Amino acid sequence: MNQPPEITFSGHFMLEGRELFDACFVMPSARWTCLLGPSGVGKSTVLRLLLGLETGGVFMGNISSSDGQPVAGRISYMAQSDLLLPWLSVTDNLMIGASLRGETGDQKRAVTLLERVGLGAHGHKKPGALSGGMRQRAALARTLMEDRPIVLLDEPFSALDAGTRADMQELAAELLSDKTVLLVTHDPAEASRLGDQILVMGKTGMDVWPAPQMPAIRAVDAPETLDCQSKLLAHLRALAA
Amino acid sequence: MRKLDFLLAILLGLGIWQVLVVITGAPHFILPSPWRVAKAAYFSRALIAENALVTITEVVLGLLLGTLLGMATALQLTLFKTAERLMLPILVFTQAVPVFALAPLLTLWFGYGMGSKVVMAVLIIYFPVTSAFHDGLTRIDRGYLDLAKTMGGARMQILRHIRIPAALPSLGSGLKLAAVYAPIGAVIGEWVGASKGLGYLMLLANGRAKTDLMFACLIALACLTVILHSLVGLLAKRLTAYAQGETRSGP
Ligand SMILES: Nc1ncnc2c1ncn2[C@@H]1O[C@H](COP(=O)(O)OP(=O)(O)OP(=O)(O)O)[C@@H](O)[C@H]1O
Ligand SMILES: [Mg+2]
Repeated sequence: MNQPPEITFSGHFMLEGRELFDACFVMPSARWTCLLGPSGVGKSTVLRLLLGLETGGVFMGNISSSDGQPVAGRISYMAQSDLLLPWLSVTDNLMIGASLRGETGDQKRAVTLLERVGLGAHGHKKPGALSGGMRQRAALARTLMEDRPIVLLDEPFSALDAGTRADMQELAAELLSDKTVLLVTHDPAEASRLGDQILVMGKTGMDVWPAPQMPAIRAVDAPETLDCQSKLLAHLRALAA
Repeated sequence: MRKLDFLLAILLGLGIWQVLVVITGAPHFILPSPWRVAKAAYFSRALIAENALVTITEVVLGLLLGTLLGMATALQLTLFKTAERLMLPILVFTQAVPVFALAPLLTLWFGYGMGSKVVMAVLIIYFPVTSAFHDGLTRIDRGYLDLAKTMGGARMQILRHIRIPAALPSLGSGLKLAAVYAPIGAVIGEWVGASKGLGYLMLLANGRAKTDLMFACLIALACLTVILHSLVGLLAKRLTAYAQGETRSGP
């Protein structure tokens, strides 16, 4: 697969006549960027702007990619809610993108991807018959199915129990290693494990937080991870205060 | 168990009815006893069946046409925002006109036959079906629509693969309302002017002081409505089960 593009975001966003944020950052090619910050600061809004979705405000600035092609249309997206359609089987949910574009889905690829996320035996089931962790894995497989070079994740693991979350982080890191990824999270531990770059968004602007030196994904209990995690937590608490 | 409950409820109803007949001492042309009504129903069974068939046909045709029209309107309102802005207020406003008041006019326009009754039923159920389905089509988790947009989904395909399946339970509730309203529409149409149907037979029996026959018609009508309602209820349950991804519907 050819190198995914690097994305540059810069500009400010006005909501109901006042400025919500003024941010400038770069998402390096084929790297994980983790975005943290207090609730309501505009993290999801940044994702929606990248995706070209309705935000309810006005954005003045520029979103560009290193290869000069438009960004919208080359991004796939995964949210905290799995957004699986309850009436479709898991396999059909993976192929929903194709259906929505009026194409026929690639069933073989769907089955292969389901096997990669460990759901090989569950493709025929309806999402309602799966656990939360399994549903989130299915949603991850659907994201991969779209095969876009850029992937945006909005707190995708926050509703999972700690063990399942750690598993999902490892799975996602492995499967999305060749994509330019932006992960919004509230969890300093998650950012310390996964981030090649860590960004902290505050009311005043966007800062780069020093990520651990060793390459991601890092062990949960590596001293560097734990150190980064505790300092990041202290910083976030200071921001919220 | 539920069948037994149902039977007991019917027996209880008949008992209360009989007690009322006895303690009020009302003459049989005011309040006939259950037994009298049963006898009248038996003797006039061919007459009742013939007229019931007419009413059933009107109701079923009205339901089918009204549902199709209502669904088409809801889809069109969902697809075209301008249509939604212009038509929704008009639709709501027309609801202020009591449809019953239109019955004489409909008879004038569509004649004494089935046509005017079918139109009446269609008019009565059109709005509940439209508004329930439209609600379901538009009141959908924004996340699904956002996801569809990021996947490059076309509007028609989003309608077909996401909005319509998600709206099936709402459509089901609209249909359940329609199943109650449609017989009312047909019978009122028959009262205003008809030569066939249960509503017509009731008026006829009333005019000849055959109160027992009138009661028999009333009971036949009630049975029809209950059967229709439970059939449509079953359909609505299936629709909901499908939309929720249940492979088998529980009790
Ligand atoms: N469609 C919308 N119209 C108007 N305001 C909105 C809309 N969506 C979000 N907002 C407002 O924009 C601000 C930023 O919201 P956003 O969802 O981006 O925050 P967030 O950083 O993702 O928060 P959280 O961590 O809770 O997810 C909030 O004040 C929110 O109320
Ligand atoms: Mg958010």
